[in-house]
Amino acid sequence: MTRTVRLGAGAGFSGDRIDPAVELAEKGRLDYLVFECLAERTIALAQQARLGDIEGGFDPLLEARMRAVLPACAAGNVRIVTNMGAANPVAAASRVRAIARELGLNPVVAAVTGDDVLDVLRRADPMLEELAAPLSSLGDAVISANAYLGAGPIAEALGAGADIVVTGRAADPALFLGPLVHEFGWAMDDWTRLGRGTVAGHLLECAAQITGGYFADPGRKDVPDLARIGFPIGEVDADGGLTIGKVAGSGGRIDAATVTEQLLYEVHDPAAYLQPDVAADFSAVTVREAGPDLVRVEGGDGRARSGLYKVSVGYRDGFIGEGQISYAGTGAEARGRLALEILRERMALTGIACREVRGELIGVNSVFEGAAARGEPAEVRVRFAARTDDREAAARIGQEVEALYLCGPAGGGGVTRGVREVLAIASALVPENDVAPRVTVVN
Amino acid sequence: MRLGEIAHARAGDKGNTSNLSVIAYDKADFARLEREVTAERVRAHFGAMVTGEVTRFALPQLGALNFVLKGALRGGVTRSLAQDAHGKCLSGVLLDMELPE
Repeated sequence: MTRTVRLGAGAGFSGDRIDPAVELAEKGRLDYLVFECLAERTIALAQQARLGDIEGGFDPLLEARMRAVLPACAAGNVRIVTNMGAANPVAAASRVRAIARELGLNPVVAAVTGDDVLDVLRRADPMLEELAAPLSSLGDAVISANAYLGAGPIAEALGAGADIVVTGRAADPALFLGPLVHEFGWAMDDWTRLGRGTVAGHLLECAAQITGGYFADPGRKDVPDLARIGFPIGEVDADGGLTIGKVAGSGGRIDAATVTEQLLYEVHDPAAYLQPDVAADFSAVTVREAGPDLVRVEGGDGRARSGLYKVSVGYRDGFIGEGQISYAGTGAEARGRLALEILRERMALTGIACREVRGELIGVNSVFEGAAARGEPAEVRVRFAARTDDREAAARIGQEVEALYLCGPAGGGGVTRGVREVLAIASALVPENDVAPRVTVVN
Repeated sequence: MRLGEIAHARAGDKGNTSNLSVIAYDKADFARLEREVTAERVRAHFGAMVTGEVTRFALPQLGALNFVLKGALRGGVTRSLAQDAHGKCLSGVLLDMELPE
């Protein structure tokens, strides 16, 4: 019988549910449980947290997740790969090791570092794609630069005997590709297999998004038992052939429709899904239902990688102030529009310095800016937001909305307001030779 | 007829770019999607919301189209003043596109 590796997705983002991961660890007959917890900007937020705490900067749910799954993973010989190290993989790995000890377990825990390339970038001063300007143009505003590492160092850590691998910034599919490279000994220029492993990783990385999450549309796309949705399991063979399923009896659904939606999620050109390890080719992938909640995926391919790593640069970019207020009953929309007119006039009258403002009626045109009228709404919520250079100016946006209670249209209620610092992300490319990933086993 | 009667969709984001998949419920409808749901019509549907280029990729074996809308997210998730800064709701907006009978 052909040997296969079973990979479970234990999280699709930092704040994801924990109980489906426990269900997978206990009942999934897994070889690996993979937690993908770093969105594009999460690492910049973590870098900011680390600035205030040298031992911090890793995923806030790391401890809760590990306490929940470590006993079942140890009992079932399930190895763990996660990017919950965020801005501080070594501290995170040490924490995991300490938690395991408390639980009476003794796993080998390794950290992958080297994704922090801020020093390299400061010297190279590359162009930032979104700004069409060099890194140096941001001056002191830059707080982080992290390269998307590939599968290599994860496979290396597993090869060194790690039961648990904790990374910082790694490409999401690489968290799944790493175990496959390790298990099957795929060469790092076997583009077809690396491409297929990337298809598997891409399909699994968002966890519930392939088992019926982000999918339900009652009456058109019904999903059973969403409150108990199961996370996916990918069973991969040595040639990269893939079958995706979930734990029997868990909620959700997995079929050609859920898999096809996920295959194209956040993909631009399907023939060239650029990863640090490979330019994966999804363009000829086929999806076939192989049984209830069981899907066979074939036809993935790949071509030579670019030799460049994508880097996310985090930088401070001013503040956003916001306020909201509701109007209800006949004429609600007209009163909402009057409130927005007043707010725009107040910006001019009071000289609040805004770089950009946005006013909208939630329930009418807050998502579809050009939405045509569909009859009078029963209620609307006015939302007014502005970008400013300093926190004080941002705070005045919400104050102006709050003042509408007494100084605005009739019947305004339920004001909320807030201010947040903007941590923006821009992308750069660096030659892979300038990045030096490193594996550290912690004790 | 509304596009959403014959197809489903999912929105994804990277920086200031949104991608919207459109997938036929029945593969027999794919030819119609390919004919009617062009990059130009998608651009026109969103109007001034999309400031950059719109590109379409076709995956006939999946009955799917993938649209890439540059400049659709008001600066992207970290900088946008929109409430749905990821543009996660845009798939629903696209499915309201009218198709000729």
